[in-house]
Amino acid sequence: MGIDRRARALGVFAAAGLLLSGCAVGTGGQSGGTDAEFDSGAELSGDLTVMGFSGVDEVATSRMELAESELGDVNVKLIEGELDIQQFLSAVATGDPPSLLYADRDQIGSLAARGAILPLEDCIDGEGIETGDFVESALNQVTLDGTVYGIPEFNTVQLTMANADLLEAAGMSIDDVNGSDREAMTEAAAAMAQNDGGKVSVIGVDSKLPEFLPLWVAAAGGSVMSEDGRTAQLDDETTIESLEWAVDIYEQQGGFSAIKATRDAADFFGGGNQFATNTLGAMPMEQWYLNVLNEVSPDAPMAFDTVRTTEGEPIAFAGGSAWAIPAGSDNPEAACRWARVMTSVDAWRAAADARVALREEEGLPFTGILTGNTVADEEIEGMTTADEAPWSEGVAAMYEANQNTRTLPANPADAEFDDAMQEAVNRVLNGQAEPAEALAKAQQTAQAALDEAWAELEGGD
Amino acid sequence: MTTATRPGGVSSQPDDSKPPVGGARVAPPTGAAPRNRARARRRNLFSALLFLSPWMIGFLVFTAWPMIYSAYLSLTDYDVINNPEFVGIENYVAMASDEKLLLALGNTAFFALLQVPMYVVVSLGLALLLDRAGRASGFFRTVFFLPKMTPPVAVGVLFLLLFNGSNGIVNAALGMVGIDGPSWTTDPNWVKPGLVLMSLWTVGASVIILLAALRNVPKELYESAQLDGAGFWRQATSVTLPMISPALFFIIVVNTIAALQTFDEAYTAFFGAGNSTYSNDAALFYVIYLFQQAFEFLNMGYASAMAWLLFLVIMIITAIQLVVSRRLVYYEGDR
Repeated sequence: MGIDRRARALGVFAAAGLLLSGCAVGTGGQSGGTDAEFDSGAELSGDLTVMGFSGVDEVATSRMELAESELGDVNVKLIEGELDIQQFLSAVATGDPPSLLYADRDQIGSLAARGAILPLEDCIDGEGIETGDFVESALNQVTLDGTVYGIPEFNTVQLTMANADLLEAAGMSIDDVNGSDREAMTEAAAAMAQNDGGKVSVIGVDSKLPEFLPLWVAAAGGSVMSEDGRTAQLDDETTIESLEWAVDIYEQQGGFSAIKATRDAADFFGGGNQFATNTLGAMPMEQWYLNVLNEVSPDAPMAFDTVRTTEGEPIAFAGGSAWAIPAGSDNPEAACRWARVMTSVDAWRAAADARVALREEEGLPFTGILTGNTVADEEIEGMTTADEAPWSEGVAAMYEANQNTRTLPANPADAEFDDAMQEAVNRVLNGQAEPAEALAKAQQTAQAALDEAWAELEGGD
Repeated sequence: MTTATRPGGVSSQPDDSKPPVGGARVAPPTGAAPRNRARARRRNLFSALLFLSPWMIGFLVFTAWPMIYSAYLSLTDYDVINNPEFVGIENYVAMASDEKLLLALGNTAFFALLQVPMYVVVSLGLALLLDRAGRASGFFRTVFFLPKMTPPVAVGVLFLLLFNGSNGIVNAALGMVGIDGPSWTTDPNWVKPGLVLMSLWTVGASVIILLAALRNVPKELYESAQLDGAGFWRQATSVTLPMISPALFFIIVVNTIAALQTFDEAYTAFFGAGNSTYSNDAALFYVIYLFQQAFEFLNMGYASAMAWLLFLVIMIITAIQLVVSRRLVYYEGDR
């Protein structure tokens, strides 16, 4: 009898568990917010919860002031810190997503494919957002299957940064390390590197693997993914050759293991950085590092150029951020208005003014901001105050690179694709596989993930 | 109350046909006593449940419910954003052909096999030293325990600095005795041994448990052993080890489970924000792969199935340890 009662109680408990499990899910993927009416002249009210945007520096706060003034009675609340995808997913799963999301542009495709964020066509039309002003590659990054899911802002590009003294001592120039002549770059790496008994004391050239493989492939005229975001091209000849070359640069200097150990031990953000201490010949690096170097080691013997294709043309592989409106947002109208104002030319002008004032106060030159908005970029380039070489050359290279950007197209399996690609490169760097073998395997994994994700997106599961 | 009671606590039934023995007064046959006892039992049960309720609620909400729910999710295709779609045992079938899962299992097993014995040996060695440290024991006990307070994420970062193949302090120390240290953080062959060495940083808690066990060994046993002519080694194997075997067993079980669930340090060092692009297959432990599936690829159903596989593996290993312990662990209270 007692056992019967216990069994019954257990059954009720299990049933309740299953019932509750049914109740606890199903809040995601809502279409809440799709009934919103976007109108740039409308009076707005309510709360606007923003996730992923810290808003701590003058470039953020000056634009926020403008956005808040245009939102009228809307009460803006920032959720501290950068986007934590777990936090966002938890909020979505519990039916309480933020009103607005600030994410990396390469996350937009996956979020859009899963219905976590809203298409922005109505928002763009209603608020009158000038999509034609955005850097084309930035807009492509937030456009999935022809639909825009994010309002891009900022652009990150790579420059060739080099130590002019080390180049000169090796009888080389910046042209030898900007990627236009790959053979020369390999030779420069070997010429500038110093290796003491297996330990690398001076890195000649750091080809910045695994993260910059897509850049090197693009510089050789290829791409790691097709333009429509449906086909992985990791086992293409161009990809394999680019990886072989970039890995060989490490091999010429004692191997990746030794170079990474030296790289990890460097004072990257301090006055003792690798360029200031003459322990790095050259590397491609994002433009924000130019500001760091200018600030912490203004006397470092720097030389700058864009990264160049094998044909000698400037090229960069762009990234950046984007505003997106989560499905189920409680205030999509305010979210759209915020995204429009924050990325407007007026806002960027205010940000540049604030940055110029601060840099003047600190006695430092203003090296520009890449906004993701071509009109704003043009205006801000004219406000830069870096008049002396080498920093003026760095700024010029930055704006040149900004006009020659490529990106990966938005796709519904960006995390899986990146993971497969980087894992392949890491296996080669760690000596566990040859480039062709590793990339062939990555191709299979990445293509399977893309096929599955596109099939799910198109309901052909 | 003067009711007579039989052994076992069952009260005797009064018999009206016979006079009370020795003239003792017997309670009238009202049935009040059983009712009172039942009421008292209910009160006791209620009090017990009341005191237990914080734990029970915590257990139900934070352990039982998530376990039941994850078992359900393991049978679904669930991306956190959209509703779970029932797929039966598909996730479990997919696990069988997942090469990365097998790699992660292998790495985790290798790590546990290397880490647990080293952890126990180092803990025991330090506890033995502390046992002989006299007055300084308290100071060193605190010193050994302090690293346990360090956040695992900080330990992960420290690992990269201390074990840096080029400028790390570990290789510098090895260099002083003529050993050319390996590339601990980049050479796949040395990543796991490096992480094992780094994990020894936190032996403090085990040291304190073993020290307490060592101090509980009765001195008379050593005196008797000495009288019987037992030397240091014989005393250690015939007196010390059997007497502290329950503590050793506890440490082995707990650390085996912890090793099979290792995550924080390796994730921070090889997969976290500071190292978001460079990773190392050698550091892909099971829970790291589970985390990637859940929160990077949003395969929450598959990750749930992985969690249940790990639960099963840990259950089996712990059960084996319990069976083996019956032969090797000595409990004083046992006959």
